[in-house]
Amino acid sequence: MSNLQQDTLRKKRRKSLSYAKWGYIFILPFFVIYIVCSLIPQFITVYNSFFENYLKGGLNQVGPNFVGFDNYKELLTPGRTGEIMVLKYMGNTMLMWIMGAIPQIVIALVLAVWFTSYRLKIKGQGFFKTVIYMPNLIMASAFSMLFVTLFSDGGPINQMLQNAGILDEPFKFFDVIISIRSLIALMNFLMWFGNTTILLMAGIMGIDQSIFEAATIDGAKSTQVFFKVTLPLLMPIVVYTVITAMIGGIQMYDVPQIITNGRGTPMNSTMTMVMQLNKYISNNKNYGMGGALSVIIFIFTAILSIFVFKSMAAQYSTNAQPQKNYKKKGAKKA
Amino acid sequence: MSQYTRKDSYAGEAKSSRGTLILLRVLVYVCLAILTFLCLFFFYLMLVNASRSNNELMGGFSPWFSTHFFDNLKNAWTSTDMVNIKVGMLNSLFIATLSSILTTYFSALTAYGIHAYDFKGKKAAFTFIMAVMMIPPQVSAVGFIQLCYKFDLVGSYLPLIVPSVAAPIVFFYMKQYMDSVLPLEIVEAARVDGSNEFRTFNTIVLPIMKPAIAVQMIFSFVGSWNNYFTPALLLGSEKSKHTVPIMIATLRSYDWAKRDMGAVYMFMVLAILPVIIIYLFLSKFIIKNVTAGAVKG
Repeated sequence: MSNLQQDTLRKKRRKSLSYAKWGYIFILPFFVIYIVCSLIPQFITVYNSFFENYLKGGLNQVGPNFVGFDNYKELLTPGRTGEIMVLKYMGNTMLMWIMGAIPQIVIALVLAVWFTSYRLKIKGQGFFKTVIYMPNLIMASAFSMLFVTLFSDGGPINQMLQNAGILDEPFKFFDVIISIRSLIALMNFLMWFGNTTILLMAGIMGIDQSIFEAATIDGAKSTQVFFKVTLPLLMPIVVYTVITAMIGGIQMYDVPQIITNGRGTPMNSTMTMVMQLNKYISNNKNYGMGGALSVIIFIFTAILSIFVFKSMAAQYSTNAQPQKNYKKKGAKKA
Repeated sequence: MSQYTRKDSYAGEAKSSRGTLILLRVLVYVCLAILTFLCLFFFYLMLVNASRSNNELMGGFSPWFSTHFFDNLKNAWTSTDMVNIKVGMLNSLFIATLSSILTTYFSALTAYGIHAYDFKGKKAAFTFIMAVMMIPPQVSAVGFIQLCYKFDLVGSYLPLIVPSVAAPIVFFYMKQYMDSVLPLEIVEAARVDGSNEFRTFNTIVLPIMKPAIAVQMIFSFVGSWNNYFTPALLLGSEKSKHTVPIMIATLRSYDWAKRDMGAVYMFMVLAILPVIIIYLFLSKFIIKNVTAGAVKG
């Protein structure tokens, strides 16, 4: 070993040591902002949930007084109507999510299989994908407002149904529990099924194509291929999609908020958890109750997140290489 | 469906199933047509109604375009009694542009920090970001709003823009992208050439990351443009600072019998127009990269 070589080696080592500081510098802004804008607020939120702290009648500040778990108790005890409000809101949220999510997943799965089928060779895929993905980018509040105007008593849908002789008088879409919930579910479905289709397509294209060939040569019919080959292999991605969709579902806010003008009508049947949270914060700055509700929402999301975290960590630890190939394949097909 | 034994073989199946294949294709196209109709119908009605005058709208349903599109556009654009949409669009544009720039730049910077350097706690930092990725901003809103009141930031755009520096999902995407396209040899070469680390990032790494940055800029711009929850809580009381989604929401509480419905439809057209324009030009690019933003839910 020459002197020179050792010298450069030493230099390298010294340099790599000093480079470490750049790592810290580069990740610093992210962590500072995350801590200030998310982590500290998160702790303040939890802290608040143990205090009585609100504006009485919008004027007189009550508290903050330490009340222990009273806010949680209030959320979890039956109210005037004999219902436990937080369960009611949670039920509304989940019900409306499921009403949209079941057709969303099923149709997306079917479309993804059709689009990737070599036998079917669907033409115009680019067009169809462009159309079904579009609602996902549309402003949810504008889309909701559009539904409010279109389905209002004197709106085009009612006019159309009356012209066609289907209705004698306007149907009040927003006053009937089943119809307003269905409309909200329909909007969620429309906004998300295109997105899910594209995700599942990428999943199917990530499966080794020779498996399908082998199954067909062995005489499997297309339904058999779907249920015995495609679906089991796709299951991890389907589960992942369902869980992330559910995390999104828990946060359901824009659509029911605008459709019901924040009231969750009729009879609180469309009030979601985040709508109630918004009500606590904006109506009388009820940070105590808002904090408690936030913690409950947080716990739900966190439980579901653990799953997502695990599956992503697993995917990540298997090296980025397969991911790259899989993306290339997707790009070619698309 | 006829039953086949193994003896009939693959070829036999292919021949006799040509009829069912055609039938299946018809079914597929019918379904696709229905879904396309569902996706476009409501937006078509919006455009049609935006082209009809208030009287026509009150008069009854028509599926065809009328001639008042530009009258409505003018009324909506100059309206101040309902909502001032041009102010709203400018406000939204300002917030969305700045936050998409901050998000992409700092996510790339953070990803590069973890990708290119070895330091103590690197793994912990990465795991932390992954762990908080799915936590929605709503659950810390109570504390965030209180902080904003405390530091007199209510009604300011800062609390809507600055938090976008820390976007775990965008970070994760950038990190994955770097893993696949950014060999550390390039960075080493720059070092040999005497480039300092920050300059290396700005002049060598960022250009390589261009496609990833473009994708995330589009998605974060759209996300910010459409965002309603936090802006409504922070800007609620100051009308001149309202963003487009807040304005659209205020339309909800008006009594429409007394309002120009043509303009109301036009407001909605204007609210979604920028995103639609972006989408019309870049739909192929966007769709190709949807899987990248998969964790968005």
